[in-house]
Amino acid sequence: MNKKISTAKKVLMLKVVIHLVAFLPLFNLYYLAFNDLLGADPVERVIHFTGIGAFNLLLVTLTISPIAKKFKQGYLLQVRRLLGLYAFSYAFMHVLNFLAFDLQFAWWLFFNEIVKRPYITIGMLAFVLVAALAITSLNSLKRKMGKSWQNLHNFSYLIVVLVATHFYWSVKSELISPLFYFLLTMVLLGFRYKKIKALLGSLFSKKLN
Amino acid sequence: MLIKTPKSSDLKESEVTPENVYLNRRDLLKGLGFLGAGALLANSASANAIDWFSKEEKVKFKTTPLKYQADANSNNLILTPENKVTTHNNFYEFGAQKQQPAELSQSFKVNPWQLTISGECDNPITLDYDDLTTMFALEERIYRLRCVEAWSMNIPWIGFSLADLLKKVVPNSSAKYVFFETLHDPIQMPGQANRRLGGGIAYPYVEGLRIDEAMNPLTLLSVGLYGKTLPPQNGAPIRLVVPWKYGFKSIKSIVSIKLVSEQPQTTWHKLAANEYGFYANVNPKHDHPRWSQSSERHITSGGLFARNRIKTLPFNGYGEQVAHLYKGMDLRKYY
Repeated sequence: MNKKISTAKKVLMLKVVIHLVAFLPLFNLYYLAFNDLLGADPVERVIHFTGIGAFNLLLVTLTISPIAKKFKQGYLLQVRRLLGLYAFSYAFMHVLNFLAFDLQFAWWLFFNEIVKRPYITIGMLAFVLVAALAITSLNSLKRKMGKSWQNLHNFSYLIVVLVATHFYWSVKSELISPLFYFLLTMVLLGFRYKKIKALLGSLFSKKLN
Repeated sequence: MLIKTPKSSDLKESEVTPENVYLNRRDLLKGLGFLGAGALLANSASANAIDWFSKEEKVKFKTTPLKYQADANSNNLILTPENKVTTHNNFYEFGAQKQQPAELSQSFKVNPWQLTISGECDNPITLDYDDLTTMFALEERIYRLRCVEAWSMNIPWIGFSLADLLKKVVPNSSAKYVFFETLHDPIQMPGQANRRLGGGIAYPYVEGLRIDEAMNPLTLLSVGLYGKTLPPQNGAPIRLVVPWKYGFKSIKSIVSIKLVSEQPQTTWHKLAANEYGFYANVNPKHDHPRWSQSSERHITSGGLFARNRIKTLPFNGYGEQVAHLYKGMDLRKYY
């Protein structure tokens, strides 16, 4: 009886929702921050908001394929790239906030901090990897890269572990939230247990040869 | 006192956000009516979002004007606006996020209050709420508060020298250190009852100074700021201010001051001894494992584009008054 919505329509609707939920808060955040309406220290607020936002979006991105498989909703995979790109955008703003508003373009301090502070080092490593995934998400590049594209994008599992560690190491005292995030990360990686085991296996056998 | 000449880049009073706009920022957020990506899952950043659904503050703590002698240098200083001083607080007893203490402390009871000064002294006393503001002539001291998280504020405190109080109790020869304790009251201080809200530190909060640091004329017991009694989020009814040390030394809502013979344990040192030392003197040459301490963001008015990163000074600029206390000490070892 009920009319079936076409897959294309579902994907479009989903994409509109993703744009609204991911973009508007960012717009709102910077509107308030530029006008000094975001508490006494807008710098800390924008850094934390974009950081945790990037992590949330990364986790949502990694939730797509297990859900698509389990509930046989293959069309969901079509929004994965958009989510991933938003995760990258949030991460980009996170790094930019740190450089532009916290350190105020003290480049020397910026590089110094990346080298000196382990939580920033791994955070930066995660960002570089995410940036590589974002760039190679272009269809033309994907086609060109062939099989190595999948190899590169398997790094998303490493990225999420790096990000979870970055969060855990960055907090001063309260460890409940970062531990909760670690648990979520492990659950999402758990869905891919076999694949990750195979990836690690091939890594080690290559080394042995 | 701290003298600061305004730079041409410093913002003027006229650029301060009008108070009504600032106070209505939540309505602005509400008007937009959506949740951020940062709020998709339970996490620290989303607490603001959750707040949008809770009732607006029903009560606001009542502060009262104080009589005091103004700081002679006050005209030379760019002060951090009062609404920033009272909404950006590290007071984990009322929540570990900066804006939480102002939100969760407004019904805090400060009267009656008892502050006991005891231990290695001839004349221990207990002060009541009224004694805190009447026992000594109050004076304004404009100090720069430097947080270990590498930000700072200029705050017009009102109070009296800790030394004046300590002289009253007459410390004996065994009094080598001073040990301070914050009120422990998990019913009034939700952070003490809830690990997540309270940031997982041990309560009650405790701090300490060496006796000569405590007797230094800069060391202030503050009962007010911006001309009025302290609001709870800033440590009402009485708190310590030690301007040449990182902010966590300046313990809030004190109920006990004890003269002791041994160096006391202090809250953050207990939590992470490699990060927070007993001395905690502001030192641009000794980095905290998580932050460079060579510079700081000085919070005044201005939004995200405020160019406010300044060089951190040894002893937060108070070296002339206090550097002699540490002569011959390796300050990298005793951080």
